[in-house]
Amino acid sequence: MTESNDFVQIRHAQKSFGTLEVLKDISLNVARGQIVAIIGPSGSGKSTLLRAINDLDALTGGEVWLDGVQVNKKLPHRQYEKHINEMRQQIGMVFQHFNLFPHMTARENVTMAPKMLKGLTAEEADALAEEQLDKVGMLERIDYYPSQLSGGQKQRVAIARALAMKPKLMLFDEATSALDPELVGEVNQVMKKLAEEHMTMIIVTHEMDFAASVCDRVLFMDQGVVVEEGPPEQVFGNPQKDRTRAFLRKELDETE
Amino acid sequence: MGLDFTVIPKYLDVVLLGCLWTIAITVAAALVSFFGGILLAVVALYAPAVIRLPFRAFEFVFMGTPLLLQLFLIYFGLVQIGIDLPAFVAGVIGLGLHFAVYNSELIQTAILAVDRGQMEAARTLGLSRTQALRKVVVPQAVRAVIPPIGNNMIALLKDSALVSVIGVSELTLSAQRAIGATYRPFEFYLLAAAFYYVINLGMEWVQRRIERRIAISR
Repeated sequence: MTESNDFVQIRHAQKSFGTLEVLKDISLNVARGQIVAIIGPSGSGKSTLLRAINDLDALTGGEVWLDGVQVNKKLPHRQYEKHINEMRQQIGMVFQHFNLFPHMTARENVTMAPKMLKGLTAEEADALAEEQLDKVGMLERIDYYPSQLSGGQKQRVAIARALAMKPKLMLFDEATSALDPELVGEVNQVMKKLAEEHMTMIIVTHEMDFAASVCDRVLFMDQGVVVEEGPPEQVFGNPQKDRTRAFLRKELDETE
Repeated sequence: MGLDFTVIPKYLDVVLLGCLWTIAITVAAALVSFFGGILLAVVALYAPAVIRLPFRAFEFVFMGTPLLLQLFLIYFGLVQIGIDLPAFVAGVIGLGLHFAVYNSELIQTAILAVDRGQMEAARTLGLSRTQALRKVVVPQAVRAVIPPIGNNMIALLKDSALVSVIGVSELTLSAQRAIGATYRPFEFYLLAAAFYYVINLGMEWVQRRIERRIAISR
C-alpha cells in the first residue's frame, strides 16, 4: 500500500440506535484522488456511513481520519465544536435534496460560508462565486434564487457551494436520486469533471452505470456491513457474493 | 344639535400631529416587537435554562396581563425605583415588548418548521450552530411568518391608542383634546377613526410590498 492510501480512514466504524446496529465494524481507506462508490439497498447503512465521515451522524464507536487528523476526536464540547467546524470546512457534502438556502441567490449560497469563515472581501467572494458557478455551468444564473432553478441546476449550485470552501474531500449522498431522469446527466457531468481533476470523492449512489464509469472502487453494503468491495469491473462484472448478485439483479430489473 | 364637521379644520393640525405621533410610536414599537420577537424565540428554543426561565417568566407576565396595566407599570411604576422614562419611550417599550411576545410565538413555530436539511447544510460548510441559526434558519423562519406578523402589527397600531392614558399625544389623545375644546366628540372620534383606517391601509400596503419582495426567496 502506498502511504497516501490512508488519506481518508474509517477505522472500525460502529453505530447503533438502541439495540439496532446500523454500522457493524466498518473499516475503509481511501487514497488521495480516489473515487469510491457505496452502493446497497436502502437501510443498508450507506448514508449513515457517509454522514459519519463529517460527523453529521456521530459514530458510537470507531474513528474517522482525514489527511492525518482525526475528525471525530474526543474533546470537551466547546473544543470539539471548534475542531469539527474546522474539519467540516475541508469536507464538502452534497445532499439528495440539495438543501440550497432558499433566501439566498446562487451567488450568495456559494459565498456565504467563505465570507463568514475565511473572511473573504466582497470582491474576492464575487470572483469565487463566478469561478465556482462557471465550473458547474451555472454562471448565467448567478443571481437567480433557488426557486427559479430546476432540480439539476439547484444541485449544480449546491456542488459549487461545497467546492467554494476548497474541500479536500467531497461526499455525495444520493446526489441525483431526487432528480427527474432527464436532469441526472448534467449533475453526473459535473461530478465527472471533478473526477478528472482528481478530487477525492465518496459517492453514495443508486446509479450503477455512473458508479461503473467514474469510480475507482465500489463498496457494496448490506445490513451495516461491507459485503463486497473492489474495482467496478469486478463488483459489477463478476460479483463474488450471493447478496451482491441478488442486489445487482434487482437493480437491473428496476432500471429496465 | 346634529353633526357639524365645520369645526374640524380649526383643530385639524392638532389631530394631524397626533397622527404623526401614532405613526412614530407604532413604527418604533413594531421594530422593538420584531427584533425582540426574534430574540425571545431564539432564547426560548436554544438558551440554557438559567437564561430561558427568567425570559419565560417575563413572557408569562406580558401575555397574561392587560397591556394597559403593563403601560402603567412601566410609566408610573418604574419611577418608584428610579427609572423615570419619558411617556413616549415607556409606550414604545410597553407596546413593543407586549407584541414581541406574540411575535416570538410565531417565530418559534417557524424556526422549528425550517427543514432540518438547512441546518445540516450550513453545519456541513463549517458554520457553528449559532452562525447557522443567524444566517440560515432564522431568516427563513422570519420570511415564513411575515403575514401573521403583519396582522400583529395592525393590532399593535390599534392598541397604540392605549398610550394616550400615559399622556402620549397620539391620535386618540389629540382627538380628545380637540373634543375638550369644542364639545364635539362624534366628529372628532370619527375623524380619528378615519385616520386610523388610513394608517392601517398604509401598513397593509407596506406589508404587501414586503411579501412580494420575499416571495421569490422562499
